Amino acid sequence: MAANEVLLNVVDLVKHFPIMKGVLIQKQVGAVHAVDGVSFDIVKGETLGLVGESGCGKSTTGRAILQLHRPTSGSVFYEGKDLVKLKGETLRKTRRRMQMIFQDPYASLNPRMTVGQIITEPMLIHDMTTQKDTQGHAERLLKLVGLNPAYTSRYPHEFSGGQRQRIGIARALALEPALIVCDEPISALDVSIQAQVVNLLEDLQAKLGLTYLFIAHDLSMVRHISDRVAVMYLGIIVELTTRDELYSHALHPYTQALLSAVPIPDPAIEANRKRIILTGDVPSPVNPPSGCRFRTRCPIAAEICKQKKPEFREVTPGHWVACHMV
Amino acid sequence: MTIQVSHPSTGQTQAHIADLTNMSVKPRSLWMDAWSRLIKNRASVVGMVVIVAFTLLALFASVLAPHNPLQINDGKGFLPPTWIEVGSNGKASDPAFFFGTDTLGRDVLSRTLYGARVSMTVGFLPTFIVIIIGTIVGLFAGYRGGRIDNLLMRLTDVFYAFPDLLFFIIVMVTLRQTYIGQLLNGLFLLFSALAVVGWVSFARIVRGQTLSLKEKEFIEAARCMGATDTRIMYRHILPNALSPVIILTAISIPGYIITEAILGYLGLGLIPSTNPNDFFITSWGASMLEGQTAINAQPWLLLAPAIAVSLVVLAFTFLGDGLRDALDPRLQGTQ
Repeated sequence: MAANEVLLNVVDLVKHFPIMKGVLIQKQVGAVHAVDGVSFDIVKGETLGLVGESGCGKSTTGRAILQLHRPTSGSVFYEGKDLVKLKGETLRKTRRRMQMIFQDPYASLNPRMTVGQIITEPMLIHDMTTQKDTQGHAERLLKLVGLNPAYTSRYPHEFSGGQRQRIGIARALALEPALIVCDEPISALDVSIQAQVVNLLEDLQAKLGLTYLFIAHDLSMVRHISDRVAVMYLGIIVELTTRDELYSHALHPYTQALLSAVPIPDPAIEANRKRIILTGDVPSPVNPPSGCRFRTRCPIAAEICKQKKPEFREVTPGHWVACHMV
Repeated sequence: MTIQVSHPSTGQTQAHIADLTNMSVKPRSLWMDAWSRLIKNRASVVGMVVIVAFTLLALFASVLAPHNPLQINDGKGFLPPTWIEVGSNGKASDPAFFFGTDTLGRDVLSRTLYGARVSMTVGFLPTFIVIIIGTIVGLFAGYRGGRIDNLLMRLTDVFYAFPDLLFFIIVMVTLRQTYIGQLLNGLFLLFSALAVVGWVSFARIVRGQTLSLKEKEFIEAARCMGATDTRIMYRHILPNALSPVIILTAISIPGYIITEAILGYLGLGLIPSTNPNDFFITSWGASMLEGQTAINAQPWLLLAPAIAVSLVVLAFTFLGDGLRDALDPRLQGTQ
C-alpha cells in the first residue's frame, strides 16, 4: 500500500465548535471537541472506511476535509496543496476534485429544481459546459448511475429514496472528482436498496478510478466496501488498518467491543459467543476525559490511561493503534 | 402506471436497475402541484375572478364609466339609484345614473369605478416594493447570520414597534403640503409610508425560512460544488422560501386597501382631483367620507364604495386562504 500514490493526507485535523454565551457581547464559554487531532492518508483508488458511533465526529471529519466546516487547526493536503490555507476562488477550484454524497436523499436535493438542473449545476458553475449542452450531460450522467435518461425534466419528489441517492451520486460525479466523501450514503435507505447503491458505488469506482472516504456506522457494509478501515471514538481515530487485519486482529479494546456487537446469523454460534458489552455512555465532547478518551468505558484501563494520552503508533506494518495496553 | 421489470441477465442489471417504474405522468414541479390544488379551491377561484374583474375595471375605468366622474350636473344632485323610483328626498331617479348622483350631481357609478384604480394600485404597488425590500433584508440577515443578522433584525424590531396607523396619519398630516406630499395626488407619500412599515413582516418571514433552509443538505451540496453565496441565496434558498411570502402577500394586500380607505375617509389619502386627465381622480375612502354626510338623502353614495371595498378585501382573503392551503398542504385547515 505504501508504494502507492497518496491522494489525500490529513494531518492533525482539529475541529472545535465554540459554545457562545451572552446576549449582546458574546463570549466563548467552551467548545465541542468534535474532531480532535485526526491524521490519516488516503491512497489513490482505495476505499477508506470511517466507522464509529453517532456523535464521534465522523461526518465532521468528512466535512472538515472538504472545508465545508473550516478546521480549527491541522492540514489537509490534496495533491500537495493544503486546503486549509486556500480561500475563495482557489479553494472552489481545487475542491472541484473532491465531492460528497450525502446521507439524507430527501434533504440533499433542491425540491424546486429539475433533476437535469440539479446534476448539471456543478458543471455550469465550473464552466465545464454551456447552457445548451446541459441536456446531453444530464442524460449521460443519469445513464452512468443507472437511471433512465428521460428523467431529466423530473423533480426530486417524483423519485424514491434509492433513486434520489443515485441522483445525488450523479451530481457528485458531474465534476469528475478524484475523491468522493460518502457521508453515510446508505444509512437512510431500505435494506433492499442499500446493496444496490453500494454495488453502484463499487462499479463506479472500478469504471472511473474513484477514491472513497466511506463514512458509516454499519460494520458489515464497511467490511464489504472498504480496503482499509479507521475506527473513531470521541473525535480521535483509535485504530486504523486494512480491512482483513481489523476484522481478524482488532487490537484496540473499543474496536473489539464494536466488532463483538455485530450479530452472527447463526443461532448456535450466536448463543455461545462472548460479547464485550461496554458500560456507560459516550462522555460529552464538550469536556472529554483526560489521557485516553476511551478509558472511562475501557475494560482494561489502567492508571497510565488517565495520565497520558496514548500515542497513535504503528504496531505492525500498516496497523495503527492508539492504546497504552497494546 | 406500468411496471417495467429490468432484465435479470447480469449484463443488464446495471443499466436500468433503479428504473423499475416507468413514469408515464408528466413531470410536475411543486409550483404546478400547488397551482392545481389552488384551482380546486372554489373560494379562491371566486376570489381570483373578483380580483381580476376589479383590476380590469380599474384599468379601463375611462372606457367603462358611463359618465365623466367629474361632470357636475346642475339640479341633479342626490338622485336616488335607478331601482328606487322616488328617493327619501323626494327626487325621482334617472336611468342614466345607476347608483344615483352625489351632492353636485356627479355619477356615483363612474366615481366608484375610478375609485377602484386607487384601491387596486394601493393593493399591488406598495406590496411589490415591500416584498423586494423585505426579501433582500431577510435573505441577507438569515444567510449571513452573526452581526449583520443582529443589526438588521434589531432595525426590523424598531420598525415593527411603530403604531402603523398613527404613523401613517402623522406622515400624511405633516408632509401633505410639501412637494412629496403632492406627488401622484398624495399617493406617492401614502405608498412610501406603507412600504416603510410593511417590509418588516416580510423580512422576518424570509429570515426565518432562510435560517432553517441554510442548514439543509442541498445547501451544503451547493457549497461543496463551488456555488457562490449569491448563487446559493437566489437559486437555492429564495425559491424554497417563497411559499410563505406569497401567502403573506395575499394576506397583507387587503390590509393596505383598508388602510388606504381609512386614510381616505379621514381625508388624508388621495387628494381628490378636479383634472379629468389625472389617472387617479377619487378613491373609495374619499367617496365614503362624502357619502356619510348624505346617508339619509342618498345612502348609495356611501354604500357603493363600501360594498366595493368589502368585495375586494374578501376576495383577497379567500385567495390568501386558498394559497396557504395550496402551498403548504400540511397547514390545511389551520389558521
